[in-house]
Amino acid sequence: MGVRKFLDGIEHHFEKGGRYEKWYALYEAADTFFYRPASVTRTTAHVRDGLDLKRMMITVWLCTFPAMFFGMWNIGYQANSIYAVNPDLLAAQTDWRIALISLFAGFNPGSLWDNFIHGAAYFLPIYLVTFVVGGFWEVLFASVRKHEVNEGFFVTSVLFALICPPSIPLWQVALGISFGVVVGKEVFGGTGKNFLNPALTGRAFLFFAYPAQISGDAVWTAVDGFTGATPLGLVAAGGMEAIAASGLSWMDAFVGTLHGSVGEVSTLAILIGGAVLLLTKIAAWRIVAGVMLGMVGMSLLLNLIGSDTNPMFAMPWYWHLVVGGFAFGMIFMATDPVSASMTSTGKWVFGALIGIMVVLIRVVNPAFPEGMMLAILLANLCAPLIDHFVVAANIKRRLARNVQ
Amino acid sequence: MEHYLSLFVRAVFVENMALAFFLGMCTFIAISKKVETAIGLGVAVVVVQTITVPLNNLVFHTFLADGALAWAGLPDVDLSFIGLLSFIGIIAATVQILEMLLDKYVPSLYNALGVFLPLITVNCAIMGGVLFMVERDYTFSESVVYGMGSGFSWGLAIALLAAIREKLKYSDVPEGLQGLGITFITIGLMSLGFMSFSGVQL
Repeated sequence: MGVRKFLDGIEHHFEKGGRYEKWYALYEAADTFFYRPASVTRTTAHVRDGLDLKRMMITVWLCTFPAMFFGMWNIGYQANSIYAVNPDLLAAQTDWRIALISLFAGFNPGSLWDNFIHGAAYFLPIYLVTFVVGGFWEVLFASVRKHEVNEGFFVTSVLFALICPPSIPLWQVALGISFGVVVGKEVFGGTGKNFLNPALTGRAFLFFAYPAQISGDAVWTAVDGFTGATPLGLVAAGGMEAIAASGLSWMDAFVGTLHGSVGEVSTLAILIGGAVLLLTKIAAWRIVAGVMLGMVGMSLLLNLIGSDTNPMFAMPWYWHLVVGGFAFGMIFMATDPVSASMTSTGKWVFGALIGIMVVLIRVVNPAFPEGMMLAILLANLCAPLIDHFVVAANIKRRLARNVQ
Repeated sequence: MEHYLSLFVRAVFVENMALAFFLGMCTFIAISKKVETAIGLGVAVVVVQTITVPLNNLVFHTFLADGALAWAGLPDVDLSFIGLLSFIGIIAATVQILEMLLDKYVPSLYNALGVFLPLITVNCAIMGGVLFMVERDYTFSESVVYGMGSGFSWGLAIALLAAIREKLKYSDVPEGLQGLGITFITIGLMSLGFMSFSGVQL
């Protein structure tokens, strides 16, 4: 128990009147990272549960790992596949990461190691910047405002890093996470007090501020000078035949070997993490079911209506599921317990609203090929009102029951 | 029919009065602390807007527009320069009548809305709706749909904001931002969410 002893030994410096009083938030963060908090509830009303906020957040964080590791391999696989066909492009790359990668690995798309290292060279800097810059704001607010650094930041940072395109400039990552953490969360008082998902707020900020680096065809692979449309872009331009023509099968899209943001590509890996979240009841199954139902219902309806001019109408629901950020948003973003609806009925409505909106934005809004981010943000806005109506209806029903 | 439906949807979501055009901010911020009151005000705006936009449309096309007085034998007269004056007069009259009706029949809502019901008279969203109607040359039936849609858009926005602000009562906002400051940030973030509709072609 050397760590415990050390932490206890330096604790008095950080308490009130101690030398490093200002840094208490950091000490507390380190302490709870290693051990569970010593504070217990002292009043009569409390719930005994093994699941506290810390364990919950760490579980979500761990559940993103399958998607994260697959995403890293996929970045490398996509980039190396392009280099294998086109060696000149590799020679033309001036990015510092290429030099770094060639220290440890080659550029063979068939090699697990090469692909993984390649992906790590792109993803880890993004994650590191997210973590350091976001952590800076988190600690700053915690020290000045005297609240604790919350494990929720682990989740926000990893989710934010996973929804960035691999080729995003790192200063934009820093700007995005700053906006997400400060304006999306900390000005409202920190974890649990915001009304929008902070990771998505930061992503949306970047999306509207720097559309050139976060949307379009050139950003989804880690290769400078290569343009590869995402499946959604293909369908919007040429219909379902365009996907078939590009050689992408449904199974590829499900497993995740396609262009896209780091963590969103593999529906399979996301569902593995999602299964754990659902089994441990950390993610609300009602929201996930609502999103699925809303998406399936809306895309079936649009298939039925059909359109001569817009090929997106014909996109079947099982394709909507595997392309773009749908699966990632459904499992990790929509189920954010803070910004989603709180009531059980409200969760169904909230989920269905996301499912309906994502299909609508993808299909009828030509300005944005992908709609998961905006659909969830919109549903976040509506969540308090949905809850309000559910609670009001509940009160009304109970009042009616008791009037004899 | 499809034309009117798309006009309505566009007025509610794409061209949301409060969150895309930022019209009617004074009442939008002042009356959004409680959901019930906000919905009441929203309903009042929908009613006023649905009445005044078509009414002004009639007045504009019968009296004010260039050549509109042809029926009175004055085809060369263009009275559109007194448009603003007559629009605001009609809005004010409508609101006065609505106020009297509410006072008589729904006193609870009348009390809840208090001084803000007369303020609908100078709500920029109402005037904005009328001016958009003139600028876009809507027909009478279009103006009915547009009035209802734009009023509903404002009502929806204020109900959403009120629900969020009720939730934010439990938040811990830094001292300098409490009250108006955080409300402005909230509205900014809300319109970020409503950007999902921008660019929708109907």
